[in-house]
Amino acid sequence: MSALTESAPPTTTHPLRAEVGIADPPPIPFGRIVRMELRKSFDTRAGFWLLASIGIAAVLATVATIVWAPDDVLGFESFATAIGVPMAVLLPIVAILSVTSEWSQRTGLSTFTLVPRRSRTIAAKATGALLVGVVSMVVAMGIGALGTVLGASLRGVDVVWDTSTAGLARIVLAQVLGMAVGFMLGVLLRSSPGAIVGYFVFSFVLPTLAMALAAFQDWFKDLQPWVDFNYAQTKLFDDALSGTEWTQLGVTGLFWLVVPTALGLWALLRAEIR
Amino acid sequence: MITIESLTKTYGRFTAVDDVTFTAAPGRVTGFLGPNGAGKSTTMRIMTGLTPATSGEALVCGRRFRDLPNPGLQVGVLLDASAQHAGRTGREVLAVAAGTMGLPASRVDELLDLVGLTAAESERRVRHYSLGMRQRLGIAAALLGRPEVLILDEPANGLDPAGIRWMRDLLRGYADQGATVLLSSHLLHEIEVVADDLVVIGHGRIVAQGTKSELLAAAGTVVRATDPVALETALRASGLSFTGGGAGPRAAGGTTSADLAGSFTVDADAREVGRVALGASLHLTELRAADGAGLEDMFLELTAQTQREQTQREQTQREQTPRDTVTTSPEGAAA
Repeated sequence: MSALTESAPPTTTHPLRAEVGIADPPPIPFGRIVRMELRKSFDTRAGFWLLASIGIAAVLATVATIVWAPDDVLGFESFATAIGVPMAVLLPIVAILSVTSEWSQRTGLSTFTLVPRRSRTIAAKATGALLVGVVSMVVAMGIGALGTVLGASLRGVDVVWDTSTAGLARIVLAQVLGMAVGFMLGVLLRSSPGAIVGYFVFSFVLPTLAMALAAFQDWFKDLQPWVDFNYAQTKLFDDALSGTEWTQLGVTGLFWLVVPTALGLWALLRAEIR
Repeated sequence: MITIESLTKTYGRFTAVDDVTFTAAPGRVTGFLGPNGAGKSTTMRIMTGLTPATSGEALVCGRRFRDLPNPGLQVGVLLDASAQHAGRTGREVLAVAAGTMGLPASRVDELLDLVGLTAAESERRVRHYSLGMRQRLGIAAALLGRPEVLILDEPANGLDPAGIRWMRDLLRGYADQGATVLLSSHLLHEIEVVADDLVVIGHGRIVAQGTKSELLAAAGTVVRATDPVALETALRASGLSFTGGGAGPRAAGGTTSADLAGSFTVDADAREVGRVALGASLHLTELRAADGAGLEDMFLELTAQTQREQTQREQTQREQTPRDTVTTSPEGAAA
């Protein structure tokens, strides 16, 4: 030790830094981290096709609605519902992979050395996923609207706009909550297959089990709206939510979404990146 | 400048890094040497904020890594060249890193050029890269921001001899510009060519550190003359301490006496030994610095211990699964 310090030349200037002319670089702006996280969602074949598949699925769902839906339900709501189904599967996967690929592909090693405050990267990922979700939904609704007009003219029926703005907003909220669940599972499990399987269990297996339980057990039937997050979310697709239903959504969301996200973040910020 | 102060990392009852203290100085290449599993990578991950330390402190550019405002511009890091998204192209990996640091896209081309990746190679996905190409890509990513500190974990792995030579020259030139270069290796000979300072770690503890010349010079000078008896007399008369000559320690070393006939290892530098020989008008056939035998022996000892543990583990596995086909020999693990 002593030998090393003694023999080290007293270099205090760093020509390399002087060369670029920066004394202490300014911090990385948050917007730039968001931009890079968005870029990382698109710049692999898997990522690109996952996002492209949202558009493709929206087109397919629209075509299917035009071809198969009976004349009397060929309104915008039918299109929005048909498009919403594949999106409810694909958007959460976008959210999951934005987090878990850092572990599954081990890119976290460079991501978190370039931005060592992990909370900034995670916040940027959440923002990026939200942007992808919102843009996808706008595009999907555009496709749905086109389908509504096209379907009506092909079938020779009146164009029907049977969805209110508030109704659309609630559908968007439901999709965003789905993405938030995906993001939560990604943060909590930090594994792509784990989080994706977890999402399907949570969103497609649990509701069936809960439904069965509610059908056979009266005590659960009364309790369900207060403990079942999926059940509380289904109300978003109904006409309007009562104050109680909003409260139930908030309470179940707190337990199923906010608390696990907080736990996942707490662990993620302290975890060892290998 | 990298300052590591009493750094300790424990996993349960296992201590991976045990009270490690050292400094890597600007303008110098510091070799971080130790057998596999000695704690090099863990120490480097703590330095770069990827692993929390149990106690102690690691400062880079005088700050904790996580407190650096834009680390890529101050510290170039390459911890594992294979840790890249297999589906991303090499160019895109650099573009994302440069974008995060706020550097222009032209910097990516400069670096691809510097590390010798062609335009066609840069458009290929990392999945199709050889380990050597991944190392070059990783070094390019580390150098993007013209950092004043470089932290590289086993950067020579997977490089061919020409690549190793290229990297050595690159790091040397970089340190000569005033940068702090810390690189790890489990191969003494790989690192002694390029390093100015050495930090040797084994079982999580530092076992030796200092300048390379100090650590290697400790072994003295090897001298041989046509007339060994006269040489021995002259050395004895000079008052320098020495070993060798007769049939003594060489036999223990297992070498034939013909090889070392008349060879002495003297506790002095070559200049001093040469003067003694000249004074006695001796015809020398060999005069050179000893091969840092002290450091090498110590290093071999460390490596051998690790290997014994590995062999034991393998044996245990073999006992547990009698039909197991473990073929790794200790010699194979050594290479």
